Amino acid sequence: MARTVSTRRRLAFTALAWTIALALFFPILWTFLTSFKSEGAAIANPPSFLFFDWTLENYHEVQERSNYFHHMWNSVVISFGSTFLGLLIAVPAAWAMAFSPTKNTKNILMWMLSTKMLPPVGVLVPIYLLFRDWALLDTLAGLVLVLTMVNLPIIVWMLYTYFKEIPGDILEAARMDGASLGQEILYVLTPMAVPGIASTCLLNVILAWNEAFWTLNLTAAKAAPLTAFIASYSSPEGLFWAKLSAASTMAIAPILILGWFSQRQLVRGLTFGAVK
Amino acid sequence: MATLHTKSAARAMMSPSVILLFCWMAVPLAMTLYFSFLRYNLLMPGMEEWAGLFNYEFFLTDPAFFSALFNTLILVGSVLVISVGGGLLMALLLDQPVFGQGIVRVLVISPFLIMPTVSALVWKNMMMHPVYGLFAWLAKTVGLDPIDWLSAAPLTSIVMIVSWQWLPFATLILLTALQSLDEDQMEAAEMDGASLWWRFYFIVLPHLGRAITVVILIETIFLLSVFAEILVTTSGGPGYASTNITYLIYTQALLQFDVGGASAGGIVAVILANIVAFFLIRLIGKNLEG
Repeated sequence: MARTVSTRRRLAFTALAWTIALALFFPILWTFLTSFKSEGAAIANPPSFLFFDWTLENYHEVQERSNYFHHMWNSVVISFGSTFLGLLIAVPAAWAMAFSPTKNTKNILMWMLSTKMLPPVGVLVPIYLLFRDWALLDTLAGLVLVLTMVNLPIIVWMLYTYFKEIPGDILEAARMDGASLGQEILYVLTPMAVPGIASTCLLNVILAWNEAFWTLNLTAAKAAPLTAFIASYSSPEGLFWAKLSAASTMAIAPILILGWFSQRQLVRGLTFGAVK
Repeated sequence: MATLHTKSAARAMMSPSVILLFCWMAVPLAMTLYFSFLRYNLLMPGMEEWAGLFNYEFFLTDPAFFSALFNTLILVGSVLVISVGGGLLMALLLDQPVFGQGIVRVLVISPFLIMPTVSALVWKNMMMHPVYGLFAWLAKTVGLDPIDWLSAAPLTSIVMIVSWQWLPFATLILLTALQSLDEDQMEAAEMDGASLWWRFYFIVLPHLGRAITVVILIETIFLLSVFAEILVTTSGGPGYASTNITYLIYTQALLQFDVGGASAGGIVAVILANIVAFFLIRLIGKNLEG
């Protein structure tokens, strides 16, 4: 807010905001710090916050013992694969809805939204059985397929709200100048649509990366992404906090950084355009 | 403007999305409905037979169902109160002039970006562990007995973990809405001598009305399906103390292989979610017209 505020008030707000923010962020910071400790130091009591022997051993060991990068690769394939496939299907649909709407467009959008309300557990049994019969259990292809369908409504919606903001007058002008449909799309609309498509990509990668219902239920080992790999730490043997922290840090870092740069898009995508 | 040509082109462009989504939704749902009337267990293949409403009767009269329903309501309700209430306060605070606002914002929204299995395991071990956890250390430092969070208060612990994930979401949405508030209106009210409370109640709160509703409804949809957090922390226990509907159906389907029973449960879950969805669709539909 641009109103003038006394410095003292400003300092008080700053102190309060930082205290709460650091408290909320603390478990993440703690995970990050613990990942550089030895297993002994990780459970030390009283805990040491900064003054311990920093080591990279855990990162090394997580990869050695359980082939971490295999699971990371699975996460990458699943999140980017489902995003790409989703865009391929959704871009034409959102395009048509935004630029040649019919009286049914609104109903179709609403219906798409409603599929998102279907609790996944309602279709768990048949999807599991179909995947078993089609040999899609624990395969990357199967997960890409499921996550594409799970996030398709969000992709269509988000693209639609972006495309709708492209002014129709520009289209008219291009048409008057004799541009064909192909030229119109290639030279006029695409450059204006790219930012929206990029934001949609970003949100979808984040959602797919963190998805933890289907990835846990439809994978065992071969196609397990990081969500499922980390879950295997829930019943380990022996000392493991430092290794858990190292594995977690690597699993969350890329998405955390992506998310920091896309706060606006997150709001828009997650509220289906209701809050911008 | 829309000629016959563009109309059919538009239809062709939309059909892949519509057809695929329809298949994704309708086919499995129809199968779930069909299975829910069968006596069908994967451990006894070839023994499937028509069971009528038996699965529903069994599911709805099972004491586990009542615990799960109760836990689901507590989980959804508590997390909503904590995240929306806390998120509102947080958003109001972050809307004030604060040094380093950008960084504070980044710190606050971070928990929402963490994958559920990581959040749950970090909380379970490094925060809530009865001996080595930070909470135990804090309790001992101030002279209290440490609590074994996940076995003494399993549902409360899960509420804490899930609230930690969703408070940032509410904060982010409400802050975004708050920042679109008309500055002039606030200044005019201030000059007219309106008190802070008056301004909050009559200007800020009505302005946030829709954003709050959207947060409540979207969170409800996701919170009804909380799964990973329960799986990796308590596995629904002890007993059914932290089992929600989603987790209960999961145990029936993939641990007891009771396809019929799990399907009946699935249909019940769909009906419960539909009651919520009905309101959400109407709300967002109104927005589409505006």
